[in-house]
Amino acid sequence: MQKALGYRDFDWPLLGMVLALCVLSVFEIYSATMHTKYIGFHVKQTYWIGGGLVLMFLLARVDYHRLLDFAYWAYGVCLVSLVAVRLVGTRVMGARRWIRLGPIHFQPSEWVKLVLIVLMAHYFANLGCRRLTWPDIFKAIALVGLPMLLVVSQPDLGTALTYFPILVAGLFLGGIHWRQALLLVTVSVVVVAGAWSSGKAIKPYQKARLTSFLNPDADPRGTGYHLRQSLIAVGSGGIWGQGAEKGTQTQGDFLPIPHADFIFAAFSEEHGFVGAFLVLLLYFAILMRLIQNAQTAADIPGSLLVMGVVAVLTFQIMVNIGMVIGFMPVTGIPLPLMSYGGSSVLFTFLALGVVMNVRMRRFVN
Amino acid sequence: MAERVNREEKLPALKLTLVQYGILLMMLVLLAGLWRLQVLGADSWKVLAEQNRIRKVPILAPRGKLFDREGRLLVDNYPSVSCFLVRDPSHPVDTDLPLIARGLDLDLDQLRATLRRYRGAAAFQPIPIKQDITPDEQAFIAAHRNELPELETIDEERRLYPRDGFASHAIGYVGEVSEDMLNDPRYAYYEPGDVVGRAGIEQSYDEILRGQDGSMDVIVDSHGREVGRAGIQPATPGHDLKLTLDIDIQRAAEEALGTANGAIIAMDPRTGQILALVSHPNFDPNAFAVRIGRAEWDALISDPNHPLMNKAIQDQLAPGSTFKVIMSVAGLQQGIAQNLKVNCAGGGNFYGHFFHCDHHHGLLSIHEAIPESCDTYFYQLASMLGIDTIAKYAHELGIGVKTGIDLPNEMAGVMPSTEWKMKTYHEKWYAGEVISVGIGQGAVAVTPIQLLRALSGVASDGHMVRPHLVDADQVPADFERALLDTYPGSGTTDVPLNPDTWMTITDGMAGTTQPGLYHTAEGAHLVGIDFAGKTGTAQVVGGGDTHNRGGAKTPNAWFVGMAPRRNPEIAVVVLQEHGDWGSGSAKLAAQVITAYVNKQRRLSNNLAASPVQPPAHTAANGQQSANRVAPPAATVQMAAIWSQPALRAAGPTQHARKTTDPAATAPERLGVGGYEIALNHPDDPKRLGTQAHSSTGSSRRQPAPTAGRGAR
Repeated sequence: MQKALGYRDFDWPLLGMVLALCVLSVFEIYSATMHTKYIGFHVKQTYWIGGGLVLMFLLARVDYHRLLDFAYWAYGVCLVSLVAVRLVGTRVMGARRWIRLGPIHFQPSEWVKLVLIVLMAHYFANLGCRRLTWPDIFKAIALVGLPMLLVVSQPDLGTALTYFPILVAGLFLGGIHWRQALLLVTVSVVVVAGAWSSGKAIKPYQKARLTSFLNPDADPRGTGYHLRQSLIAVGSGGIWGQGAEKGTQTQGDFLPIPHADFIFAAFSEEHGFVGAFLVLLLYFAILMRLIQNAQTAADIPGSLLVMGVVAVLTFQIMVNIGMVIGFMPVTGIPLPLMSYGGSSVLFTFLALGVVMNVRMRRFVN
Repeated sequence: MAERVNREEKLPALKLTLVQYGILLMMLVLLAGLWRLQVLGADSWKVLAEQNRIRKVPILAPRGKLFDREGRLLVDNYPSVSCFLVRDPSHPVDTDLPLIARGLDLDLDQLRATLRRYRGAAAFQPIPIKQDITPDEQAFIAAHRNELPELETIDEERRLYPRDGFASHAIGYVGEVSEDMLNDPRYAYYEPGDVVGRAGIEQSYDEILRGQDGSMDVIVDSHGREVGRAGIQPATPGHDLKLTLDIDIQRAAEEALGTANGAIIAMDPRTGQILALVSHPNFDPNAFAVRIGRAEWDALISDPNHPLMNKAIQDQLAPGSTFKVIMSVAGLQQGIAQNLKVNCAGGGNFYGHFFHCDHHHGLLSIHEAIPESCDTYFYQLASMLGIDTIAKYAHELGIGVKTGIDLPNEMAGVMPSTEWKMKTYHEKWYAGEVISVGIGQGAVAVTPIQLLRALSGVASDGHMVRPHLVDADQVPADFERALLDTYPGSGTTDVPLNPDTWMTITDGMAGTTQPGLYHTAEGAHLVGIDFAGKTGTAQVVGGGDTHNRGGAKTPNAWFVGMAPRRNPEIAVVVLQEHGDWGSGSAKLAAQVITAYVNKQRRLSNNLAASPVQPPAHTAANGQQSANRVAPPAATVQMAAIWSQPALRAAGPTQHARKTTDPAATAPERLGVGGYEIALNHPDDPKRLGTQAHSSTGSSRRQPAPTAGRGAR
C-alpha cells in the first residue's frame, strides 16, 4: 500500500505556490532585518522551511486515518503540555508561552492547532454528518474550549482565537442547523459582551489593543502606535512600492517586528499594491486549491481535515492582513508562510502535510 | 471511481462552495483596504512616512551684532551648546530623568516641570532642557548616547553683552519667548523655546536682529538615532545694527551716575541721536542670555530700586525747577514775562497761602529768574498764565506725551490741565493749584527723556526731535514705519518760538552754570565750554524739607544741560532719585559734556597734531584763572563749545572736580555749591499740601560753612 503511494499524486502545484510565498517571505525577512539585531533571520527561516518540508513529506506518508485514531491521545498530550507551559514555561514579555527543550524553544499552543484539526475531523466524521444534537455541539465546544482557556490564560489571546475557526468549520460542515447556529451566535455575543463590560476576563491592555484599531490616532504613542506605523508603511508603499530594502518604515525600525507579525506591512511598503495584490492572489489560489482537495478527498474525515486546515489558514491570513491594514485589532497572530517563526512555519507545513496526505489517498479506499 | 462518488461519504458541495465564496469575499475586502491605503491614500501616507523619518533639526541663526556709532563692537555672540530632549514614543523618558538631572546638574522637579510644559507641543519638537552646557556636560551626553538616545545637542550662538551692565537698559536682553508673546500675532514668527528680544534695542529691533533660522533634515530611525542627512537649509544671520550710542560718552555717563539711582541721557538735539543712555541700578544682560535662574530673577524683580526699570524713559517724576524753562516759554510767548518784574522776599502770597522761595532774591526779571531759579517769580508767572495756557505750551514741548523713542515701554508722564483734572478726578481745577505747577511740582510728572527733548528743543529754537538709538537709514523703510507705529510719540516737530523767547531762555540757562549770586549750578561751571542748563530739586510726596541724601523722602535731583547754549550739539539730562540737589546733578552732566567736548577736541585734526592732551578730569591747575572767565559771546557758534585757543593748553577745567581736588582749597568753595546761600526755613504747615510746596532748582544747602548768610 505504501508503495502504491507515489508522489505522482502529491499536490505539486500547491507546493509550488507555497514555496513561492516562502521565497517572498525569506527575501522580505532579509530586507526587514538587515539593519536590526535580527539580522540573519532569513537564513534561519530557510532552515525552518527546509525542516517544515521534511516534516510535511514525512507526515504525508502516514495514513491520515491513523492520525485520526490517535486524535484523543494527542489531545491528552496537548492538554498536559499546555498545563506544563503554565508551570515551567519560559516567560517572554509577560506571557508563558514557550517550553524549552534543550536548544529548542517551542510554543505548544501552535501544535494544539494541528491536534484540534485532527480531533474535530475525527469527532464530526464519527457523527456521520447527520443533524447535530445540542449535546454534540456542546461536546465539540468543550473539546475546543478547554485548550483555548488554557492558552488564553498564558496569556496568548491571539493563538487561542485561531482555535475558534476549527470549531466553527467543524460545526458548519459537521451539520449544524442554522437555527442552532443562530442561537449559538446570539448567546456567544451576549457572553462576550458581558465578559467585556465586566472588565475581569479581559485585561485592560488586551482591551486597549483590541479597540485601538478603531481609532489609532487617539493615542498615537500608546497602543495605537504599532497600528499607525503599519498603516503608514502600507500606505506609503503606493502602487509600485518603495523598492526592496528601501522602505523607510521598515528600514528605519518604525514598523514593529517587521519580519514577523507585520511582515505584510513591510512587504507592502517595499513592493506596493502590486506586490501585495500578488501575495493575496497566491493566498487565494492556495486556499482554493485546498478546498478543491477537500472536495476530492476520499471520505468525510479527509475532507474535514483539509477544511480544518483551510479554516485556520484563512482565519490567520484575514486577521493578520486585516490587522496590518487597520481592519482588525492588533493581535499576535502571524501570517502563515510569510512571518518569521519556527513554530508557525512548522505548523503550516505539517498542516499542509495533512492536506497532501489526504490528497495522496483520494483514490484509496 | 464512480462508485466512490457516494453522497454519504462526501461533504455537501454547496457548503464548500459557500466557503469558497466567503473566502473570495474576504479577499476582496482586504484588497479594497489595500487599494484605499496604497492607491487612494498613498500621497498623504508618504508625507507621514517622511515626517516619521526626517527630523528637522534647527540651525539657529545668530542674532545681529550691535555696534556703537563709530563701529565699535557693543554686543557680540559666542558659540554655545544647548541640550535638547527629543521625545520618542517607543522610548519613555520618565525613568531616565534622574540620570539626566544628575548628569546635567539640573533640578529633577524642575526638569519634570519643563517636560510637563511641553506635553501639548508637537511630538517631534525637541524640548530645550539646558542651555550653554559645559564641556563636562557635553561629555556626559556623548558618553550616554546609548542609554539616553533622547538627549541631543544643538550648537547655537549666544549673546555676549558688555560687562557690569554697561548700557544694559539701552541694549536690553534676550530671553525665551513667553507664552503671552506666543499668543500675540506680532510674534507669530516664533515657536516655543525660541529666543527673542525681551527689552531695549533687542526688543524694538528684534525683527532686524533675529535673522532666519535654518534647518537640517536628519534621517532618523524610530529611536531618533541619526542614520543620514537629507538636506540643509542654512540659517540667515540677523542684520547687524549700528547704534547712535557712543561708547566713550556712555562710559562717561555710567561713571558719572555711579552708584546713584537714576538716569543720564546724552543726546544730539540736532538729530535726536542718543549718545548715551544710562539707568541705574542696572543689571547684567548676560544673565538672561542663558536662561536666568529663578532666584536671580526674583532678586531683580523684588529689588526696591527696580534695576529692570529703564528710568531714562519710564521714571515719571515731578520735574521741579527744570519746568521753569517751559514756564518761561509760555510766559515769553504770551508776552507777559518780558515785562514781568517780581520782588522775591523769600516767597510770596498767592490765593491766600504763603509760598516759599529758597532765597530772598529781591527784585528780579526773567533774565535773573532762570539762572537763580526764583520760585516767587514763577509763582507769579503761573498765576498770571493760568493752567491751561501753561498746559498748551507744555504739550507742544512734549510734556505728558511719549517722545516716541525706539525703546519699548516708554511712559508718557502727566501734564495737568482743567480738562485733565476733570477727566481723571472728575473735579474742577482750583486756580491755586497752578502755583505749584509753576515750579514743576503738583501733578506734573515727566520722564527724563521727555525733559531732555523739551529743554534741548527750546534751546534749538523750537526744533523738537524724536530721540532714537538707531538711525532710520540703518533699517528698511517699511520696518522704520512699523517701528514708528509701534512706538508712537511726539516725534520730530518744530515749535515756533519768538527769537526773543529763544535768546532769553538760552541766555538764562547759560547763566545757571556761570558764577554768580544764587546761580544754581555755578559749581558745575565749565571753563571754555558754553555750558547751559537748568537745575531741578523736586520734592517727593510727603518729603517736605527732608535732606538726607538717598533717603526715600529726599527730593529728586534733576539737571538738563547742553552745550553750546543755542543750537546745542549735545544735551544731557541727569536724574538722581532722592539725590537732593539739582546742583549736584549739574556736575554729573558737566562730566558727560566734558567727555564729549574732549572727544571732539581729540578728533579735530588741529589737536591731533598737538602733543599730549591732558586727560579730562585731571587739569586742576589753571582753574583759578579760568574760573571766572565767562565764555565770550561768540560761543553761539557750535564749534565754540571747545575752549578758546588760549585756554586749550590748560586743558578742560571743570568745577565739579575741584571739590575733590586737594589743590582747590579756596574757603568759599568748601562744599559743593558753596556759593549758594542756604536758608533755613521751617516746614510750613499751611502749605498747599506737601507737593505744592516749592522746592527750587537752586541748591538749598543746610548750613553751608562760612558761605552762608554773609554772602547774602
